[in-house]
Amino acid sequence: MTLDPLLLSRLQFVWVIGWHILLPAFTVGLAAYIAYLEGTWFVTGREIYFRISTFWTKIFSVAFGMGVVSGIILPFQFGTNWSRYAYATANIVSPMLAYEGLMAFFLEAAFLGVLLFGRKLVPRWAHFLAAVMVAIGTLFSSFWILSVNSWMQTPAGAKLVNGRFVPQSWLEIVFNPSFPTRLGHTVIGFYITTGFVVLSVAAGYLLHERFVPEARRMLSTTLWLLLGLLPLQIFLGDASGLITEHYQPAKLAAIEARWDTGSRVPLTLFAIPDQATATNHDAIELPALGSLILTHDIDGTVRGLKDFPREDWPPVIIPFFTFRIMVGIGLLMLAIVVTGNILRRAGRAFTNRVFLRVCQLGAPLGFLAVLAGWATTEVGRQPWTVYGLLRTADSVTPTLTGWNVVVTLLGYVAAYAIIFPAGGLVMARIVCAGPSAAMQDEAVESGRPRSVVRTVPEAPAGGDAA
Amino acid sequence: MSPAFDFVPVWTCILGIGVFFYVLLDGFDLGVGILYGRAPDRQSRDLMMNSIAPVWDGNETWLVLGGLGLLAAFPLAYVIIIPAVYFPIAIMLLALIFRGVAFEFRYRDSPHRGFWDHGFAYGSTIATFAQGIVLGSFIQGFQTDGTAFTGSSLDCFTPFSLATGVCLVFGYALLGAGWLVLKTEGDLQTWARHRGRFALGGVCVAVLVVSVWTPLMEADIASRWFAWPNIMLLSPVPIVTALIAWAEWRVLLRPSASAGPFAGAIALFAMSYLGIAISLWPMIVPYRLTLWQAASDPSTQAFLLVGTLFLLPVILVYTGWSYWVFRGKVRADIGYH
Repeated sequence: MTLDPLLLSRLQFVWVIGWHILLPAFTVGLAAYIAYLEGTWFVTGREIYFRISTFWTKIFSVAFGMGVVSGIILPFQFGTNWSRYAYATANIVSPMLAYEGLMAFFLEAAFLGVLLFGRKLVPRWAHFLAAVMVAIGTLFSSFWILSVNSWMQTPAGAKLVNGRFVPQSWLEIVFNPSFPTRLGHTVIGFYITTGFVVLSVAAGYLLHERFVPEARRMLSTTLWLLLGLLPLQIFLGDASGLITEHYQPAKLAAIEARWDTGSRVPLTLFAIPDQATATNHDAIELPALGSLILTHDIDGTVRGLKDFPREDWPPVIIPFFTFRIMVGIGLLMLAIVVTGNILRRAGRAFTNRVFLRVCQLGAPLGFLAVLAGWATTEVGRQPWTVYGLLRTADSVTPTLTGWNVVVTLLGYVAAYAIIFPAGGLVMARIVCAGPSAAMQDEAVESGRPRSVVRTVPEAPAGGDAA
Repeated sequence: MSPAFDFVPVWTCILGIGVFFYVLLDGFDLGVGILYGRAPDRQSRDLMMNSIAPVWDGNETWLVLGGLGLLAAFPLAYVIIIPAVYFPIAIMLLALIFRGVAFEFRYRDSPHRGFWDHGFAYGSTIATFAQGIVLGSFIQGFQTDGTAFTGSSLDCFTPFSLATGVCLVFGYALLGAGWLVLKTEGDLQTWARHRGRFALGGVCVAVLVVSVWTPLMEADIASRWFAWPNIMLLSPVPIVTALIAWAEWRVLLRPSASAGPFAGAIALFAMSYLGIAISLWPMIVPYRLTLWQAASDPSTQAFLLVGTLFLLPVILVYTGWSYWVFRGKVRADIGYH
């Protein structure tokens, strides 16, 4: 068996980024939630916000730490495994990635230390400021990384000279066509993901009648927030679809498993796409709806894959299904949130056990939707790294051998197989322990001596007595 | 933007300073990790970890900036060097994962505290050793056709690069000991002073070995240092280094000096860094590509420079502020909760 360094490098990238993306999907929203809680505590002085904030800050600390260590791997992947990509695109993507580091990572890191450990050392306003800075840092980070990602999807503002991209207009590069909607769609998706985790934790407490005041506060705020965010997200998803139709028609055709160009095309709810024969099996379709949704015109023309050279086709089956998973989860989330708000009007949102149970089980929904959406957009971009201009096959490091990548891939698999379950366990423990009732000395708990310093004078005292 | 303006010297300074900051900052917290495995007891380990807990991830961010800065300013160097050190980079990243999560997991996953303690100590040591291998193979140079690395992924493992790996482990341990002397008191501080002396001994031997080996390996470097009049102009470098090492040796055990050992360790790193820079200037891929040949498009360098000149001072201000918040001796009640 020959080991293909290209395929293995792609698997390695999927593995390291697939796990990593789960953490920003959670921490971007959680940072904003903590900033909101700290702000409310600062303004109102109501202690319940302090308790909720301290609780989520502990979880944030674990998730953020894992996000940092799994994230540091990524900029090096471009060099280790994708050096031809780095060679071709360095002039364009590298300053944007560097701006992410300069604007976001340093901001997050410096203020995170104060947020986690500085409550006793700085005034309350400075602690609130630290929370806001961390939240802003996560947004700066999203801004730049999604700008880079969008440029790879819809490259603009650059021209190819001797196999390397040369910048023409930084405004066009940074604000490339798919960037604004992608930024909105992704960040809102991250906020919704966090919202469903908060909803789940709160529902769990209410079911077990623990920490009821805190849980009601979390559930109530989050239900309102999600009621606004989910319709907005559906709108942004639709806008993303229109942009894909315009700039990446082959990707859209793959998402819809549409082989032949046509107008008044049906909406395919389900099918088994067969790339070899360019047909769908067992299709369930609704007439004309496809054109209406994809082009906002019932007579609109949707291009099929047969319009494009075969070597430019993305693999159809993955984006076709991941897209349907994402949309399905989105609709399910909308249903849960609408139900919750109707129950709230009837005064039963905090007591209806079926609803609470559904919420409790809903924690993974956002993560699954993020992964599915990410797979849709990235697999749909294939076989290109820079859409239409640089092929994935021409991006890999030329000196890599298959076994080189096997060794490192196994290393990453083994490492993540340890730290991600451990991280999940640690966060689950924090959730089980719940928001602490005590306001003082938050920094000392969980089996640690109240103060190590205090034991130091005791030791010589004991020695004297002996 | 005028294409006539040469951004390369500016970017060389920024990247040079960035990498040096990384080496100092992550150097001391990796060094604390290296010493951590030898710590006398659990209380010492708690204090050691809390002394770096609020700052380590900011320190590690300089590594990201170093990597991305290299890619942005000198992309040819990045695409040749990083594939050439494929395995040391992967080993470093894996080691950094375990050491990074150990901060949280050690406190929150107490049933497996021993495992995470080892993860922290070994992770720090292995990550440092891997960085030393990267440094060594960088000094040795890479096989290249001018736009890509053409050797094998195992070329980077040589006796010389293993020697620089060991060198860096002692060096970071010395920085870590200096940091602990600064941030702790009592028995732990005394312990750190003695560890610092041990590390300093290792550093002196290792730096001497590498300094003799490098010119023996590359005739260009030998003539740069030993040809007249360079030998006279550059002779202060080794002499000052030796004087600093002697002062460091003395100050490590002077009970009144708590900041001295850290300052001395920084000075030693600065001198070694200067020595490497003198040996390799103006090469960014040693013996193959100069800084100018490897540079990115002027438009790219200009675009990033505008923001960097504004952001870097801001970063230094708020990073300085966060260090200031946690100034003084490390307290047992501030840190992991």
